[in-house]
Amino acid sequence: MNQKVIGLSGDEAVAYAVKQCNVDVVAAYPITPQTIIVERIADYVNDGEVDLEYIPVESEHSAMSACIGAAAAGARAFTATAANGLALMHEVVYIASSLRLPIVMAIVNRALSGPICIHCDHSDTMAERDSSWIQLYVEDAQEAYDTVIQAFRIAEDPSVLLPVMVNLDGFIVSHTLQDVSVLPDEVVSEFVGKRQVASIDVAGKTVPMMLHPDNPLTFGPLDLFDYYFEHKRQQEEAIKAARDVIKRVNEEYYKISGRRYGDGMVDSYRMDDADIAVVGLGSTMGTVKEVVDEERSRGLKVGAIRIRSFRPFPVDQLLEELSRVKVVGVLDRSGAYGAPGAPVYNEIRSLLYDLDKRPAVLGYIYGIGGRDMPPELVKSVIRDLENALEKPPETKVEFIGVRE
Amino acid sequence: MKKGWREVPIGGICWVSSTEYKTGTWKTYAPRIDYEKCTNCGFCWFYCPDGAIRWNGEEKPKVDYDYCKGCGICAHECPAKAITMELEVK
Ligand code: SF4
Ligand code: SF4
Repeated sequence: MNQKVIGLSGDEAVAYAVKQCNVDVVAAYPITPQTIIVERIADYVNDGEVDLEYIPVESEHSAMSACIGAAAAGARAFTATAANGLALMHEVVYIASSLRLPIVMAIVNRALSGPICIHCDHSDTMAERDSSWIQLYVEDAQEAYDTVIQAFRIAEDPSVLLPVMVNLDGFIVSHTLQDVSVLPDEVVSEFVGKRQVASIDVAGKTVPMMLHPDNPLTFGPLDLFDYYFEHKRQQEEAIKAARDVIKRVNEEYYKISGRRYGDGMVDSYRMDDADIAVVGLGSTMGTVKEVVDEERSRGLKVGAIRIRSFRPFPVDQLLEELSRVKVVGVLDRSGAYGAPGAPVYNEIRSLLYDLDKRPAVLGYIYGIGGRDMPPELVKSVIRDLENALEKPPETKVEFIGVRE
Repeated sequence: MKKGWREVPIGGICWVSSTEYKTGTWKTYAPRIDYEKCTNCGFCWFYCPDGAIRWNGEEKPKVDYDYCKGCGICAHECPAKAITMELEVK
């Protein structure tokens, strides 16, 4: 495979992928720790390395609005944001998915204000959890590069037609330099192709689902109690269909790159005979895998499951893997204040309810506001889970790494 | 019977022309023109925000009840007080 290895940070890896993906429009508004993405793309545009419409907008709300307009006109559109930028976009985030526009957006996960904090946690994307966007969480810069390329294919698949968020951990992935293998431009270009606009049946005619004077269409009209519900029902079907597409694109990408991430939905590590599973999202799972190796070498049957696709949720894969273990530890990098647990924990507890033999599920909220999650802390979680093998606690959701 | 979710085009896109959407069903009060009083000045035609007054400049205006939403602006503006708003009985 003719791949170049270059030193790129996570942000730069995203920008590099965008450069190769035949993107037509990039709407750009800076926010730490995402700024480097739109800066690098600006460099590429300035240096003539890529031919796309670069729209410097005055806010994130406008960035997403510009992407919506562009995508509705048939363009392949990309933007990037983080934390409060995503929060400011919130209104239009829902509009993008409900208009079924296959926009790709990189989110560099950062704690939501306040108090103001620029460091990593997942509170920003968890606030968009139910927006009917696909959410893929990556572990490192290499996966950020690979996933942006895959994201266009997933979003634009005719059975899906939903926007995709590619989520990378702020600073930990976004600003850390890594050897990244990049594919030749023409290989990526062929893999993603040009944006193909879906067809739609309107007034007895099949027309391209885009704004065009030849076939005027109304995007975003008033939709009241008579049809709104039907449109929302369609969105659930589309995001469910994305499960197979994410898996298929993961395999097809493997053929051109030699890289794949589990089955695309979850990335399981040493789970075959595991009694204990540690489940979580993002870069921390790299640390968890290291600790799993150490624990395995002293005989503890522990494995790790990195959820790569949080939306759609990997229902089948997790049911299969977790029905075989005795204890599950769920790591959450965001809170759900006032809820029984945090977002990932809540989903997993709910998922396992129907099993005849349910494993114990323990929740750990860690890393809020960029608080470090060193191997020692992961080890203490695994110690806790090991104790639960003997005597599972009734319910347990604990904040770890916070000072008492 | 309205279309189910499998038949409705995705993305909330309208599948018929907007002219087929009879917004006239929204109104509570309907304007009635008293042609004895009407001077054929055309104000109602100018002021109607929905283009629901049909007027060719020669014959006296007619209300297009399929699209009139019953806002009452025409009645308010008519200099001859020729338009009254009547409660719709359905
Ligand atoms: S009531 Fe309003 S909508 Fe109806 S004709 Fe008069 S101005 Fe137009
Ligand atoms: S505004 Fe009154 S007088 Fe003038 S055309 Fe309309 S109904 Fe007739």
